[in-house]
Amino acid sequence: MKMKTALLGAAAAFAMAPMAMAERGADGHVNIIYWQAPSIMNPYLSGGTKDLEAASLVIEPLARYDQDGNMVPWLVDSVPTVENGGVSEDLTTVTWKLKEGLLWSDGTPVTSADVKFSWEYCTADGGGCAQSEKYNDVVDVETPDELTAIVKFGVSKPFPYGPFVGAQAPILQKAQFENCLGPKAPECTEENFAPIGTGPFTVTEFRPNDVVSLEANPNYRDASKPAFATATLKGGGDATAAGRSVLETGEFDYAWNLQLAPDVLANMEAKGKGKIVSGFGTLVERIMVNQTDPSADLGDERATKKHPHPFLTDKNVRQALSMAIDRELLTEIGYGAAGRPTCNVLPAPAIYASTANDGCLVQDIAGANELLESAGWVKGADGIRAKDGVRLSMLYQTSTNAVRQDFQALIKQWWGEIGVETELRNLDASVFFGGDPGSPDTFQKFFADVEMYANNFDGTDPESYMANWECKQAPSPENQWQGNNMPRFCSEEYDALVAKMAVTGDINERAELAKAMNDMLMQEYVIIPLVDRGRVSAHSNTLGGVILNTWDSELWNAADWHRVK
Amino acid sequence: MTKTAVHSNDATEETATRSQWWDVWDQFKTHRGAMVGLIIFVSILLFVVVGPWVWTIDPTHIDIRARNQGPSLAHPFGTDQLGRDIFARMMAGGQVSMAVGMTAMALSLFLGTLIGVLAGYFKWLDGPLMRLTDLFLALPLLPLLLVIILLFRERLSSVFGPEGGIFILMVFAIGITSWMQAARIVRGDVLALKEREFVLAAHSIGTAPRKMILRHILPNVMSPIMVSATLGIANAIITESALSFLGLGFPPDFPTWGRLLFDGVDFLQQYPERVLFPGIAISLTVLSVNYIGDGLRDALDPRIRGR
Amino acid sequence: MLTFTLRRLLLAIPTLIFISLVIFLLLELAPGDPMAQVPLTVPPEVKAQMREALGLGQPIHIRFVKWLYQFYVVEPLYLADALFGTSWSEGLPRIISWQWRSSVLDVVAQRIPQTLWVVGLSYVIGAMIAVPIGVISAYRQYSIFDQIGTFISMVGFSVPTFFTGVLLIVIFSVNLGWFPSIYDTTLVVNDWPSFVKQLKQMVMPVFVLALYNAAQISRFMRASMLDNLNQDYVRTARAKGLGERAVVLVHVLRNSMIPVVTVIALGVPTVFSGAIITEQVFKVNGLGQLLITAIQANDLPTVQTLTVIFAILIILFNLIADILYGILDPRIRYD
Repeated sequence: MKMKTALLGAAAAFAMAPMAMAERGADGHVNIIYWQAPSIMNPYLSGGTKDLEAASLVIEPLARYDQDGNMVPWLVDSVPTVENGGVSEDLTTVTWKLKEGLLWSDGTPVTSADVKFSWEYCTADGGGCAQSEKYNDVVDVETPDELTAIVKFGVSKPFPYGPFVGAQAPILQKAQFENCLGPKAPECTEENFAPIGTGPFTVTEFRPNDVVSLEANPNYRDASKPAFATATLKGGGDATAAGRSVLETGEFDYAWNLQLAPDVLANMEAKGKGKIVSGFGTLVERIMVNQTDPSADLGDERATKKHPHPFLTDKNVRQALSMAIDRELLTEIGYGAAGRPTCNVLPAPAIYASTANDGCLVQDIAGANELLESAGWVKGADGIRAKDGVRLSMLYQTSTNAVRQDFQALIKQWWGEIGVETELRNLDASVFFGGDPGSPDTFQKFFADVEMYANNFDGTDPESYMANWECKQAPSPENQWQGNNMPRFCSEEYDALVAKMAVTGDINERAELAKAMNDMLMQEYVIIPLVDRGRVSAHSNTLGGVILNTWDSELWNAADWHRVK
Repeated sequence: MTKTAVHSNDATEETATRSQWWDVWDQFKTHRGAMVGLIIFVSILLFVVVGPWVWTIDPTHIDIRARNQGPSLAHPFGTDQLGRDIFARMMAGGQVSMAVGMTAMALSLFLGTLIGVLAGYFKWLDGPLMRLTDLFLALPLLPLLLVIILLFRERLSSVFGPEGGIFILMVFAIGITSWMQAARIVRGDVLALKEREFVLAAHSIGTAPRKMILRHILPNVMSPIMVSATLGIANAIITESALSFLGLGFPPDFPTWGRLLFDGVDFLQQYPERVLFPGIAISLTVLSVNYIGDGLRDALDPRIRGR
Repeated sequence: MLTFTLRRLLLAIPTLIFISLVIFLLLELAPGDPMAQVPLTVPPEVKAQMREALGLGQPIHIRFVKWLYQFYVVEPLYLADALFGTSWSEGLPRIISWQWRSSVLDVVAQRIPQTLWVVGLSYVIGAMIAVPIGVISAYRQYSIFDQIGTFISMVGFSVPTFFTGVLLIVIFSVNLGWFPSIYDTTLVVNDWPSFVKQLKQMVMPVFVLALYNAAQISRFMRASMLDNLNQDYVRTARAKGLGERAVVLVHVLRNSMIPVVTVIALGVPTVFSGAIITEQVFKVNGLGQLLITAIQANDLPTVQTLTVIFAILIILFNLIADILYGILDPRIRYD
């Protein structure tokens, strides 16, 4: 991440902030609704997005991402880079310098000891910190003076912005959490429900899974912010109701993540009480194609590498499945303006986005039929193609979600047109995405031929995301079905690219590597990308200053929110 | 059950028995509500069973260009968000909903009545059976269903095929989780009936428990059972939709009334007919069953029949 | 009757422990993972550590005994401390939720007010209107009143609350703007305006639930009244020259109450389990919402605790129903 782009991003963010010098608390009360209710205000104890975003009103990281994915300094004056000397040449140390005069909401100064403590807190034994991956390879955090924190890595880190960057890794106050390390973390109810922070708001009352009441932080670094004296973050219900409360009744000012049918949303917006905002990140709805045989007859060796899939190992079949899909139509029906068809599993940031696979945007049923025909798959009397007694009949699973079920129905029909029979199954999300090794219905076990879900990565660096499809990441009984390589794709060439990326520092070279990996996955058709999904939220016409951010917390700039009169 | 039992008991009086059921039918016929209910019920049944033979559009066929259409000649009930014909979906959905509703209701009533009568009549069974009822009432529904699905889905679908397996599973799941109310109500009534004079009289002439239950107790708890039956159908149809929605039931492209209703709620403002059709269908079914039940109860009551 | 009650109460203890065990095993067996809601970006190793921190690594029997101790010993002590200012529970481990990492029962207590306001009140209203409707419907069988009552109650029961609730919101919140569509659980009622506000936000959920409850109870009431109206004792009472009012309201009503008492006794505990769908539709966030979010998040301690509290209420109210049977019909004897 170049310093220049970072600064430009920051400048852009400030330019859009309200110019009128408002007084803190002058605009009264703001109502925010999250249809998933926050459970805890400490993101280190819960990985849930709802908890992370609620907490971001109160506690903040040293630097975060803006709406374009650029890194912006937050509690520091500048983001350390190799160019400005903040990151050492060997990429093993990063020096952060805190802003001067920063205060916690209780009036005490923020020091480098708090930064160091946040690392200790998350890496303490027995704490079960949800964000410990952010602190991978950190061996020490040195605090030479009150305002300087030097992060030391055990290895060379081409992308050293894991610790203390983004909503996942905020700074906690040492004085408050000192006695909450490791196994004692859950005992600190008061601390976890109302952390002392540097953000624009502080918690006045927290009711788990219901509502958070907040008030303006009296010691916030900008004396004129936040414009709101108090805030309520209500949780619960469903996306439709949340959208309705902002766009139709005007009871709430901001509604988060409105994944609704486009025409329902458009109809709500037509009431004229509020606006829909959307932004794109890296979230891609995709179909994973199982390379192993999920047949129940195989017992314990079901869906493991020992048994290749009877027909999905034929690249022609996979390619035909992809060709038969009309991504434009899927997007139009399922996501409207909040989605765009994609042919890549790595669609963003722009520097990493490949254009080599864009041919998939055009549906080609005739071509898919031809391809299957020439590969020897011939239609039988029932219209289903077969070869050597193997019928193209598949089980297609996904989680329960109205849009996904519509996608399933549409894709089933298209696959029917190329002579592939599909049985649909939808599973409760808490089972499907749960890693319970006792359940046959998890997405890791993948006891189906194809499965559909969406995934993305934190921040802007795709290294660990692309490493998901290494051979060793394939879930199997040996690793208790953990691992992210759902298709069980395995290629030495791919693994070599992953290894190379881990030691490459130059941003352009990294981009080339990431693109190459993306193209390999796409051209092997083991992952069939469908839609690049944006985030849709809504705010009332009277709420100003909202900038939707998909790279960080949506509430990242709540300090700039104000009432439009 | 009652019917066959009565039949076998009175095997010697074959002709008399037949005339008794004719009496019931005659009485039933005079009940206007019951006849209207019966006609509506049979019409719905014809609609869902014979309808698909006449209206041959495939309920799962997607015609994306024709999506979100209002009622027209080509699509009397319009089309849904994927351009599927709602008229055809109502028929196909009705088959499933009616079948699941009826069988699940029958199962839960059978279990409920059996347990209720046994617990109410036999003192030594009362404790254990009622504690069992308490247990079932307390079990959280969703985890219970997840466990049932986990344990039986694969096995059932390998024996009865995927759809047959799911059907049995759904009926079983709904039946097993909804018999408790009927059981408690029947037991309560039986406890009171047991002390009534006619039961004591029958007892004193040495009537065997089996005969006592079938001839004296059961006919007298018919009315709460009838009410439970009506409520049970509505309950089963709605529960089925909730289960399918959670992914515990039929595949997602398989329409049922409850599911159509559920999917339609989001479009309430734009396309209200999508909620109205399945809503009306469910309500009509339940109402017609209710009136049939009313008529049947009146017809079975000798005191009323005489009038 | 007293010995019967005492015996049943004593018997309730082993029953409860058994029910606790069954629920515990059921939840263990159910597929699901407390990490299901953690984003996919969190790597599997980290999820494994988080599970460990929740205590999932311990063997199942230890976890069960621990829960039993916490639920039946620690929490009552804690309650006693809160009530009488004692300090018996100091330092003892309470039941901790896996979602908010703090006491489950504190949050349960937090949810009781809105649950009682909405679900409890709707049950009371439902029962109160259902009994007279059932009585009149039966007494004037097949009158216009009966027909309309039947129609409304059948539609009220067969159209699910997820539809009626949304319909009401669209009409009264979106189009007319009379009532809020979102329930404010932080509202403190301390003066007239806040009371009006509370009333306004309760109207719709209470109406939806009361309709549903009344539909069910009135059907049983009507059926049971009909059975009794034709009994010989009614004719006798009339022949004795008793007033019609006394015959119906004293003799018939009392004898018809047994199934209704059963239904109501079964219904009261469900007040505490909340009304999952209605709470969701109106964002009441009561005990029903607590239970469903806990199930979705696989928060086993919370699910287990809520379910066992529910079981206690079921056992208690079924006992009350049994006692009421004896009062309504003195011929019923348990001893």
